[in-house]
Amino acid sequence: MSGEWVRTWLRMSAAVVADQAEWLTGLDAAIGDGDHGINLDRGFRRVLATVDDPSAASLGAADLLTAAGRTIMGSVGGASGALYGRALLRAGAAISLRAETGISGPAGPEVVAVGPPGLLPVTAALDAAVDAIATLGRAQRGDKTMLDALVPSVEVLHESAAHGVTLAQALAAAAAAAADGLEATRPLVARRGRASYLGERSAGHLDPGAASAALLIRALADTVPVE
Amino acid sequence: MVGLVLVAHSAVLLDGLRAMIAQTAPAVPVGLAGGTGSGTLGTSAPRVLAALHETLAIAPSGAVVLVDLGSAMLAVEIALEEATEDERARTRISAGPIVEGAILAAVEAAAGATIDDVVVAADSAALRPKLPGLA
Repeated sequence: MSGEWVRTWLRMSAAVVADQAEWLTGLDAAIGDGDHGINLDRGFRRVLATVDDPSAASLGAADLLTAAGRTIMGSVGGASGALYGRALLRAGAAISLRAETGISGPAGPEVVAVGPPGLLPVTAALDAAVDAIATLGRAQRGDKTMLDALVPSVEVLHESAAHGVTLAQALAAAAAAAADGLEATRPLVARRGRASYLGERSAGHLDPGAASAALLIRALADTVPVE
Repeated sequence: MVGLVLVAHSAVLLDGLRAMIAQTAPAVPVGLAGGTGSGTLGTSAPRVLAALHETLAIAPSGAVVLVDLGSAMLAVEIALEEATEDERARTRISAGPIVEGAILAAVEAAAGATIDDVVVAADSAALRPKLPGLA
C-alpha cells in the first residue's frame, strides 16, 4: 500500500466526513449522544493538518496510518475515537510488519489466491483494523456497530482475490458491501455503545458508526491508485 | 497511600466529584481525565494516561481507576497498554459507580487501606450508600 494512496485516502476521508458530518450527527442523535459527525470531523481536520504538515511529506503508508491513529485517538473522544484510533494504529503496524519481513504474499501458511497487485497489503491492513475494533469494543457483526459495515467489506476483499478482478474492482465491491452492511443495521437492536441503552428502541435507525465506516471504505475505493 | 484516577465524559462532572472527595478525604491523590483534549464531552486515552502518570507519581501504593460510560473504559484500556509495566502493576480498575465508588474508595484510601481493599470499597458502592435512604 503506497504512502500516496494512504495520504490521498486520508484527505478524501476528511473531505467526506466534513461533508457528511451533519448526517452522521443526526444518525447519532437518534440513538446515541448526537456528536459522532462533529467529533469525527474535528478529528479528521486534525488528521488533515498532520498529513499535510511538511514534516510528514516523506512518511510512508505505515507511518501515516500511525500518525492518523494517534491524532484521531487524541482528538475525537468517545468510543469512535478510541476504536478508529486503535484501528488505524493496528493497520499501520500490519503494513509495517509486512514491509519489515518482506512478506509479499499472504502471511499464513494456507494456500490462497493472491489476487491483483496491491490487494494483499490493503486486505491485511483492514483485517488488522477490524480485529482491533472487535477486540477493543468486544463486538461482532450484528451488534449494530461499525463492524456491520467493515466485516462484510473485508470479506469481499478476501473473496475477490480468487475472482480475477482489478484492485479498483475489488475495492468498489468492498465499498458496496459496506453500504449494504450499513443498510442492514437499520432493523438491528444495538448491543454495544450508548445506543444499547435504548434496547429495542434502537431498532429502525441506521447505526452512525457503520455509517462513518462505510464512508471511509467508500473513500478508500474512490482513491485507488490508477494502475 | 492509594490514589484515584477518575475518567468521565465531562470535566465539569469530575471537578464536582473532586470537590466532594476533598470534603471527606482531602489527602488522597486524585487524577482527573474528564472530557476530550478539545474541551468537549467524551473521553481520551492520552488524557487518561497523563492522569495515571501524575497520580501514580504521588501515590506509592497504587491507583484505583473509576469510569463512567462506555468509551471511558476503552480509553483506560488503551492508556494502560501504553503505560509502563510498573504503572500497570500498580493500577486496578473498579466496576463501581464513579460518584459513590470514588467517595467510598477515597475514604478507604485516606485510612491507609491496601489497594485491594480500596477496590473492594469502590466496587461495593453501587447501592450501599443509598440503602438506608431507600429502606
